[in-house]
Amino acid sequence: MDGAAPMLPVRCRVASAQAEGADVATLTLEPVAGALSGGAPGQFNMLYAFGIGEAAISLSGHDEAGRPMHTIRAVGATTRALTAMEAGAELGLRGPFGTGWPVADQAGRHLLAVAGGLGLAPLRPAILAAAAQPGAVSVVHGARSPDTLLYAGELSAWAAEGTPVYLTVDHAAPGWTGRVGTVIGCLPPALAGHDPAAVSAFLCGPEVMMRATAQALSDAGVPPDRIWLSMERNMKCGIGLCGHCQYGPDFICRDGPVLRYDRIAARLTLREI
Amino acid sequence: MDFATDSAVTIDGPQQVVRLLREDGWRVIAAVERDGALVTREIASADALPRGRVDELGPGHCRLVDGPPGRWFDHVIGPGGWKEWLFPPREKLWSAQREGQAVTFDDAPQPWPKTAFFGVRPCDLAAIARQDRVFSTGPGDPAYAHRRAAVLIVAVNCARAAPTCFCASMGTGPRAEQGFDLALSELDGRFVVETGSTAGAALAARLDAIPATEDDLAAAAAMSRRTAETQTRHMPAGIAGTLRSAPEHPAWDDVAARCLACANCTLACPTCFCSDVEDVTDLTGDHAERWRHWDSCFSPEFSLVGGGAVRASTRARYRQWMTHKLSSWHDQFGESGCVGCGRCIAWCPVGIDITQEARALSTEETPA
Repeated sequence: MDGAAPMLPVRCRVASAQAEGADVATLTLEPVAGALSGGAPGQFNMLYAFGIGEAAISLSGHDEAGRPMHTIRAVGATTRALTAMEAGAELGLRGPFGTGWPVADQAGRHLLAVAGGLGLAPLRPAILAAAAQPGAVSVVHGARSPDTLLYAGELSAWAAEGTPVYLTVDHAAPGWTGRVGTVIGCLPPALAGHDPAAVSAFLCGPEVMMRATAQALSDAGVPPDRIWLSMERNMKCGIGLCGHCQYGPDFICRDGPVLRYDRIAARLTLREI
Repeated sequence: MDFATDSAVTIDGPQQVVRLLREDGWRVIAAVERDGALVTREIASADALPRGRVDELGPGHCRLVDGPPGRWFDHVIGPGGWKEWLFPPREKLWSAQREGQAVTFDDAPQPWPKTAFFGVRPCDLAAIARQDRVFSTGPGDPAYAHRRAAVLIVAVNCARAAPTCFCASMGTGPRAEQGFDLALSELDGRFVVETGSTAGAALAARLDAIPATEDDLAAAAAMSRRTAETQTRHMPAGIAGTLRSAPEHPAWDDVAARCLACANCTLACPTCFCSDVEDVTDLTGDHAERWRHWDSCFSPEFSLVGGGAVRASTRARYRQWMTHKLSSWHDQFGESGCVGCGRCIAWCPVGIDITQEARALSTEETPA
């Protein structure tokens, strides 16, 4: 992050745009001039669509050339403009901001990545990093329906390479023979054969899903100080100045988005914090 | 910065201080009377100061009335203050231009002449220090730092406390201890001038003044003591810890039933720093700008995420404001976000009193 002009976007270009389903796209970005700061798994950038607005988008990885990738769902004016961008389009980027997944600290433990919906995007680079060690990571991914499972091709590839992948959907469709229900139902099979005390978990998805998952993992014996959640709040500045992302004493943009469960467990039980 | 009473001097009035600053090229900003309230504006001379006028303040109440004739600074504080200068209510952050696919950005800084704040009260000195810390944490706000670096502060120690004042219980006043270049104490027909910086000392040396006597210094100290003693409102001790453990206290429902969520308290508060940004384009669509403007945690849009507003109820929004101000500010910045100026009490349309609410939240929780 360039400390001299933290409010000013860096001019970037879409190197490639990949559709990920009806309203989701992955943009791979490159700077028009100069270089971008790297960014760790779990961190996010503020992406600016010209004249429309800025949105906080997690890094979903870097390509072979080290260019940052962002998977975006069209939910508002800014994200609609971003997901509509094609290769060559220019946009602004500020970041990376926030805390990342503590991947390196989980060496020797089994990592369980639990993703709800688009929550798989910020987990993807952590999964890829952990999967460098065979058998070190399991993936749980829940989606609304089979056609909204994110990175479906990559999930199959991970499974084929020996990473246990547990999928579930809220609503089945013709041809779906897998699980139906929340990600909670995937936790017992995902934990089976592992000493829960030696399991670490990274959670990303809707707050209600993360709260229930963290509770279930904790009840199953996963230590609360080995569970991390990626929290979401309204964000404008990314550097703790605008006040929007406050979550109790934490600024999600600076102290988060990745926060340890034991730090926020009490807050997760409160409404409207 | 040395707080040097041994170099204090006595002068006959504030006119020569304003004159000297203007001669040195400072833009002098001071509280003046406008539309029945005190507002901060540039002044050309001390004649613009609201001499002989005082503010009658209470919960949801402010009137400017005649006070003791000839007294320069017996008024206390208006709804606005110094925040609007250092952290403007609306500010352009940058502009961008599009030509074909190419998008370029420009963040040329806005001009800011060297500026003297004249008549800053101790509570507002503390508020400026609070915002200094907020805007310099992490990468910080370069525009704020640019303005702040060119500000000189002439403080005024309060000779009178309004009924809404509670700086003594926040440890921020009514006497300025640091953070100023010059500090004035108004005695009967004369002013003690203390220096708090080398710039202030250089100015003081050029005043038409005599060394302050022991009696003058004692009188100035006594004035501050008297002002502290006459304060009727107090923040309960330990409120930071109290609020940390009281997110479900029934008193939140009680205040929520009165609060209009109008955001006046956050706008009048000299430490509130929340902002929003607005992206705009001109009619060609090829010139865009980003503007930052003050925002308030009382607005429902403030906490909007994909699933809707996180803090949908007034109860949650009041709890956020007060808990942040008095409790989580300590976790974030190592001090309270409240300086005891009482603006939120005076400018609340329904007269909600933060010290009263703090007391209610400090009582044992009993089911309603």
